[in-house]
Amino acid sequence: MTSAMNTPHITVTNLTMAYGDFLIQRDLSFTIDHGDIFIIMGGSGCGKSTLLRHLIGLQRPAQGDVFYDQQDFWHASDEERVRIIRRIGVLYQSGALFSSLTLAENIALPLGEFTHMNGREIADIVSYKLALVGLAGFEDYYPSEISGGMQKRAGLARAMALDPEILFFDEPSAGLDPVSARLLDDLIVSLRDTLGTTIVVVTHELASIFAIGTNSVFLDPDTKTMLATGSPKKLLAESSDAKIIQFLTRGESNANKSA
Amino acid sequence: MSVAETVSGQVSFIPVDGSTVAMQLTGIWSHDASIKPVEQVLMDLSDFKNLKLVLLRAHDLAGWDSRLPAYLLKIFNYCQTQHIEVDASGLPEGAQELLKLARAVPERAGARRTAQQKSILAEIGKAVLNGLKDAKGLLAFIGETLLAFIALIQAEARFRTIDIFLCIQDAGPAALPIVTLISLLVGLILAFVGAVQLAMFGAQIYIADLVGLGTVREMGALMTAVIMSGRTGAAYAAQLGTMNVNSEIDALKTMGISPMQFLVLPRMLALILMMPLLCLYADLMGMLGGAMVTVSAFDVSLIQYYNEIQKAVDLTDFGIGLFKSLVFAALIATAGCMRGMQCGRSASAVGDAATSAVVNSIVYIVVADSVITLICDRLGI
Repeated sequence: MTSAMNTPHITVTNLTMAYGDFLIQRDLSFTIDHGDIFIIMGGSGCGKSTLLRHLIGLQRPAQGDVFYDQQDFWHASDEERVRIIRRIGVLYQSGALFSSLTLAENIALPLGEFTHMNGREIADIVSYKLALVGLAGFEDYYPSEISGGMQKRAGLARAMALDPEILFFDEPSAGLDPVSARLLDDLIVSLRDTLGTTIVVVTHELASIFAIGTNSVFLDPDTKTMLATGSPKKLLAESSDAKIIQFLTRGESNANKSA
Repeated sequence: MSVAETVSGQVSFIPVDGSTVAMQLTGIWSHDASIKPVEQVLMDLSDFKNLKLVLLRAHDLAGWDSRLPAYLLKIFNYCQTQHIEVDASGLPEGAQELLKLARAVPERAGARRTAQQKSILAEIGKAVLNGLKDAKGLLAFIGETLLAFIALIQAEARFRTIDIFLCIQDAGPAALPIVTLISLLVGLILAFVGAVQLAMFGAQIYIADLVGLGTVREMGALMTAVIMSGRTGAAYAAQLGTMNVNSEIDALKTMGISPMQFLVLPRMLALILMMPLLCLYADLMGMLGGAMVTVSAFDVSLIQYYNEIQKAVDLTDFGIGLFKSLVFAALIATAGCMRGMQCGRSASAVGDAATSAVVNSIVYIVVADSVITLICDRLGI
């Protein structure tokens, strides 16, 4: 919240991702500013989620660096890396809630571990976070007792538990109905506006991309590298790359041309 | 901890007129701040009579995070139940926005759960009903398994033949190392336990009888069964349980393929085919373990040991051991597959399924073993 908007928050330089010998993407360089809603987009299987795993410390890059506020993430000591990771929150694709804990216990877990609040104060925060994602009153439910969309929202409540500086979303609208997806988009924007949270979203929902994205990177599975970075709207208006235009128009502009 | 003590947020009330009070928030309202418990603030609020409007004022707030809206949400909810209006315009814009979001979706009626005190009678009744349900489930599962086997005999069962071989590989050859180790050691232990007593009479040669009969009639089958229930029974429960969690079993059903035939049948067949073989192998290993002790420590030659065992153990004993292992195999496969198929839809349910598969099969095994031993004793074989 303290850092000024429009200064680099995450910087990726010459990142190459690979599973052993199998190259996923190479030479990725882009910058995510404070307060950005940054979209990682591209066709299926291009390595969007893998890129996310590199950003949040689950997978070490084959080459290249990731900087958080100028601090080198992968060359930092283990303690420093843990400190950086504590400033981020992640919403996994299917929620990744702990199935043996209730929703309240899921959200209370990081609060209990990393703050000095007592049980009652934590319970208040938990209720508030659940209310924020539209799940007021569902504290004592187990993840298996609620629907997939609700699990996802509960996962978001847990990701937000510690008021992270950066929130990562892996396919947030997958499995949600259009109205819920829209509400989630609204929530993402208001989190950015009210708390100054930097948001990184992996998605291929065009509606979301244009509605909320302020910056983006486009990954291409064929050339195994990024084709462009910048605001999605601007990319649509200015890009001359056929692949990007095809993606951002659901292939309809191509169909028009050939027709 | 020192940080926690230095940071604090304060709240104070300033009455404006008879029905209005201003709530002044100052200091830092963060996760690590010490703040007056919200319950006390609600008590203070309830002291004001004829309250119609609460003005929230936070112009001098030095900093805040989720703690502030979480705190205020409780005040909002309280005021709503008391029909008191709250004016939030004095809050930081972000907090206003967040509170609006948090209150956008009203709590669904009936969603909240309240803890209920249950009487012991109710608990006992529930346990009995659960037991009955379990027994019913077991009967139903056995019935479905029999139907699957009938379909197999009529050559109508749908499953992939390769699955049987994969299951056989997993339940048979892959289990050899652990069966070798355990049976060898059990034979060794039997020999030692017997030898100490028999040596007192100078009857060391009868260690061979003890080990031979002990392993072939009892320990070979029992130890293999215990190993396989932990190894394969639990694996069956976990595999089928995970498939249930992933809706794979639903997928099979909607394809018109019976999961009992496609998943349970190959596993049962594999285990029932492999267990007697493993049991024979375990018998051999047990006798070998006994020989190691007898020959090296008790002045009995290998030939003597061999001859004595040949005299003591006849084909009936092997038959009893093999029959037991066949029964155990069916029990282990039933417990494992049944728990897997009945598994709930969460990760912890898979763990529960694997646990209860092992516990059930060991209970079944020991009970079945006692019954068979008793019958053999009565029949005099």
